[in-house]
Amino acid sequence: MNAIEVRNVRKVYRRYNRRKQFATLKSALLSGSVMRDLQPDAIFEALKGVSFDVEAGKTFGIVGRNGSGKSTMLKLIAGIGKPTTGTVRVNGRVSALIELGAGFHPEISGRENVYINGLMLGLSRRDIAKRFDDIVRFAELEPFIDAPVKTYSSGMYMRLGFAVAINVDPDVLLVDEVLAVGDESFTHKCLDRFAEFRRRGRTILLVTHALDLVTRFCDEALWLDGGTAKAFGDPRRVIDAYLMDVAGAENIELAAQYPEKPDPGSRIPDPGRDPADMFQANEGRWGSREVEITSVEMIGASGQPAHLFQSGEQVEIRLHVRAHQRVSDFAFGIGIFNAEGICCYGTNTVIDGGAPDELAGEGLVIFSVEALALVDGTYKLDVAVHRQDGAPYDYHRLLHTFRVKSLRKDVGIFRPPHRWSFSGGIRMAGL
Amino acid sequence: MLANLGQLFRYRALIQSLVARELKARYRGSALGVVWSFVNPLLLLLIYTFVFTVVMPGAHPPELEPFALFMFCGILPWTWFSSSLLESANVLIAGGNLIKKVLFPAEVLPIVSVLAGLVHFCLGLPILAAFLIYYRVPLWPTDLLWFPVVVATQLVLTLGLALLVSALTVHFRDVRDLLANLLTLWFFATPIIYPISQAPARVRRLLDLNPFTHLAIAYQEVLFRPGPFAQVNRLAAVAAVSIVIFFVGYFVFDRLRDTLAEEI
Repeated sequence: MNAIEVRNVRKVYRRYNRRKQFATLKSALLSGSVMRDLQPDAIFEALKGVSFDVEAGKTFGIVGRNGSGKSTMLKLIAGIGKPTTGTVRVNGRVSALIELGAGFHPEISGRENVYINGLMLGLSRRDIAKRFDDIVRFAELEPFIDAPVKTYSSGMYMRLGFAVAINVDPDVLLVDEVLAVGDESFTHKCLDRFAEFRRRGRTILLVTHALDLVTRFCDEALWLDGGTAKAFGDPRRVIDAYLMDVAGAENIELAAQYPEKPDPGSRIPDPGRDPADMFQANEGRWGSREVEITSVEMIGASGQPAHLFQSGEQVEIRLHVRAHQRVSDFAFGIGIFNAEGICCYGTNTVIDGGAPDELAGEGLVIFSVEALALVDGTYKLDVAVHRQDGAPYDYHRLLHTFRVKSLRKDVGIFRPPHRWSFSGGIRMAGL
Repeated sequence: MLANLGQLFRYRALIQSLVARELKARYRGSALGVVWSFVNPLLLLLIYTFVFTVVMPGAHPPELEPFALFMFCGILPWTWFSSSLLESANVLIAGGNLIKKVLFPAEVLPIVSVLAGLVHFCLGLPILAAFLIYYRVPLWPTDLLWFPVVVATQLVLTLGLALLVSALTVHFRDVRDLLANLLTLWFFATPIIYPISQAPARVRRLLDLNPFTHLAIAYQEVLFRPGPFAQVNRLAAVAAVSIVIFFVGYFVFDRLRDTLAEEI
């Protein structure tokens, strides 16, 4: 049996422009244009025909970017608002954790608020009396339950809201990103409660940005994008597809944010600067410019210039170089820094044992990295062409930004290629 | 619509709790607390007494002594009526968070405003009674039986208008300001601070179109004027109109219900 059935749901929000909002009733009456003014200027389609089923007893996750229609979907399922077209059917009692403690009145005690909130959520007075102690214990508010809610901290407020909503004991529980708030131990308690819910065969629908929750908890997932269902099914597959898409979008965004810096005329060209200062220096560009780096590209596994790479991806850093005069004393250098400014790696052709011969006209330098062994994060690049003693021709200090994405949440800077193996009495799957 | 009305019945415990909360929250933190519900009408009555016995003693027909008490019979129900409507105009917007985030029938909120007003009205009655006894106004025993009927009629009328006003305000925010002025006009177009007999015949016909005219007169008849209640026909007509207004109000509210969460 399906707990939730969503069929071809469209939800259109109407938008009125400012002038008409100000005009409203008075002018509508005066000019007799009530019907015309009620016509919206623009419509916004939050959901563009979404269909899915959630089987009873399953935990279902909805993921998607901000504004993709997730919360609208949840509200339609909760019955707050109706779809413009299509149908939403829910079998059984629904409780929605959309905003915790939404109905609390600050001036009256926690006890009275629990009763009123419970009544709003559809419990009877007797139900609440029966569950009251559970609710208070779960919220850890025994000493404060008779104090007015306005004296509560936001954490207490939220705990009480959660405790009431979860104790409604619904057949279908809708959760909208409420776990994002609250301290570690309370989050664990909530997750335990969800797990208990699952065991008792109740249906949970989870809208969240915490993707690991979806892969850990959900039996099925839906990825909403711009009001349409982009992917549906196995949560791991859906999340992967979603992450790939996010990565692609970020790439475009990064490219727009960090365009190839043109020759920054205003940017402190400081030829006299001691290159030993480079670890303190801020971003910038300096050098005597007999040789120039005209552009820098990073090429990922796709073969296209990119700003976003998977951890472990094969990457090339390409320096386009132009010499205004023939030089024989030259070297190329590369440095990778993380967001905290720590040098993750630095080398140059001198260190690597290169012997310069001649540099004239234009050229291309390719620094190939077999596997970009960095953890998830944003990194900046130093590139330089300089004399062998370090005096710069053209030094680009932290001018190029790239991002490394990783599905694993390992920590540090460097991810050495590694493998786990076990022997003796140790058994472990998944590695 | 009727199904929704029936469903409302299931929420009676909620309505009851919300009314209690409303009253508790209103006086929370004030030194006198719920005593204000008695003190407010008492002070109002004293002010009117002062004005109409000391400041302008000759402004009313002599058979309506004490005149302050006569006015009070109309002002007490009027305060309930007007404060309920003004509050209803605000209540959905103020409770926007609830309507957007929790599934429950939104009409509960204006209904709670009206019922909280009714409780205040009832708390003012002992003051009225005390003064009626003090001035030895002869009460007709059968008139007292009519009193709850008049109150019930006003309740139905107020509920209907409150539902209408609350739903319309969400779509047209200027209903709020319009309403405040309309209620001032309405107050003077109701024979509360003057007896209907003082109005010229032409105006009287207009006043008769105002349902609250008949309610005010009914209150005055029941509580103030000697002799048995003689306004049964008028009251029946107002009751009929009130019921119609209630259904119109509920119908409009019901039609606008689905858009409330979006427009707030």
